[in-house]
Amino acid sequence: MLLTQEQQEILNGSRGKTLAKVMETLVRYGELYDADAMIPVTGKYNHLVTSFGLKALTPVYELMDQLIAEGAVSGTKFSADPRPLDKNVPSSFLQNIIFNHFMYSKQDFYEDQLQKLGLMEKDAFTCTCYMDEVGNTPKKGDVLSWSESSAVVYANSVLAARCNRNSGIIDLMGAICGFVPRFGLLTDEGRKAKWIVEVRTTKKPEAQLLGSAIGMKVMEDVPYIKGLDKWLGSLDDDAKAYLKDMGAATASNGAVGLYHVAGITPEAVEQGEELILPDAQVYVIDDAELQRVYDSYPVIWKNKEATPKLCFMGCPHMSLHQLIDWTERVEQGLKAAGNKKVVIPTVFTAAPAVIEKFNATPYAARLKETGVILSYICPLMYMNNPLSAKMPVITSSNKLRTYTSARYYTDDEILAQITKGGN
Amino acid sequence: MKQFTGRVVAKGTVSAPALVSHGGLNTLASFQKALQFGDKKATCGDQNNPDLYGKQMAGKALCLPRTIGSTTGGLVLYCACSMKRQPACMLFSEPIDSLAAAGAILQDVWLDDVQMPVIDCLGEEFLNYVQDGMTITVKENGVVEVD
Repeated sequence: MLLTQEQQEILNGSRGKTLAKVMETLVRYGELYDADAMIPVTGKYNHLVTSFGLKALTPVYELMDQLIAEGAVSGTKFSADPRPLDKNVPSSFLQNIIFNHFMYSKQDFYEDQLQKLGLMEKDAFTCTCYMDEVGNTPKKGDVLSWSESSAVVYANSVLAARCNRNSGIIDLMGAICGFVPRFGLLTDEGRKAKWIVEVRTTKKPEAQLLGSAIGMKVMEDVPYIKGLDKWLGSLDDDAKAYLKDMGAATASNGAVGLYHVAGITPEAVEQGEELILPDAQVYVIDDAELQRVYDSYPVIWKNKEATPKLCFMGCPHMSLHQLIDWTERVEQGLKAAGNKKVVIPTVFTAAPAVIEKFNATPYAARLKETGVILSYICPLMYMNNPLSAKMPVITSSNKLRTYTSARYYTDDEILAQITKGGN
Repeated sequence: MKQFTGRVVAKGTVSAPALVSHGGLNTLASFQKALQFGDKKATCGDQNNPDLYGKQMAGKALCLPRTIGSTTGGLVLYCACSMKRQPACMLFSEPIDSLAAAGAILQDVWLDDVQMPVIDCLGEEFLNYVQDGMTITVKENGVVEVD
């Protein structure tokens, strides 16, 4: 890899041993993927996947202490993934002990570290940092050093920024150095599609299911999706929320870092089918294929017929538009079922800044009236422990299904379950 | 005895019994419980991985195609190494994914008292041939002997 004089000097220790090791880490990371150069990070803000003071990650906090002590802090401020705890979310006495005294006992300590390292503001905790209300929205062509798979795939696909699927710590190190190795999704060639996905469904496909099917088929490759523009129309708030959910499913059920949607996403609009590589494979998705994918999900509950004890919506975090839409849907569902409150404890999750804006609308009181709890929590972090894993939790998130014991249902099925108690 | 040659991601030599995952290793799901609750054997906690679930990962020559899952993957591997609960080595049949690569490099650069050799690009035949319990020997130059 060709380094500039400045980069070589950092690597040689001109700015201290710690920064030299940060640079060495990034150079070795790039060399594995034949990176040709280290290029400047141009995004205004960074985003980190690690938001949780998990006791198991003590070595990471020690490493961060070392970076802070040596002054190797981020030149770029950043947002981070959602907080793992919220007392508004239902939990048992035992869960509270596990959460507060064993799992996330380092939460306050870690948030203090993040402040020192350059957190945008004290509540900048969400996986949907790119939403207008949060303010970490990269521009087209910006080079990023982000992690959090759902945020990376959104930034690449919907915003046309450029970012690889980085691991935690690597994200921070890129921001500290101000450089990232150029390979993969940072290059024009790496953004070309190896797959053509043809959507031939008879109705608008469920975003989370479509993303899951695509992810499991193409794994880490770039797909060019045809036939979805018919259902999405244009890149409005509705379409952005749809692509957020679809993208998160492609990234978690597979390892997709970028997708193009014909007629919708910026690069597909500009370059069209020139984005497709000559030997691209074709994957046709029709109603039967979506049903096949849905039916393939294992149910890992001990009692498969158990009555759900909790429902999570919003992994990734919901948009303002989705919160408003779902408030109306839940109200209508309850009215049709003759119920006043949701019959399964239900949590909608969104970014703190989105919640603040939602709370300023009349919909906030209406949602509260339905019994739905609104939270900034990370459902994944709530579920990632043996006690929660034994709970029958339902969700419309394919990411949550993939990483935890939560059971997936489509949006309509979830609505039926929470408003009348069955589908 | 059969020999395979791959690319050295993190160098070192080691000899250990094989533990084989034919599907991708979900790093967070596999290691979190072990790191959280003090399990020195690093028993795999990923219910979705029938090859590894419930088996000891610490000290084993972990043979796999790639890692999958959360972008915390690299730092979880780093933590496993720092807490001395890491596999003896990680041997990838495919080119290493960016999350596992991060973990491999982080432990190699930042932890002085830990050695976890990592080799990738060993090929599909490697993963078809190797079985749980076989003795694996990793050499400095990326040669992997399976006995």
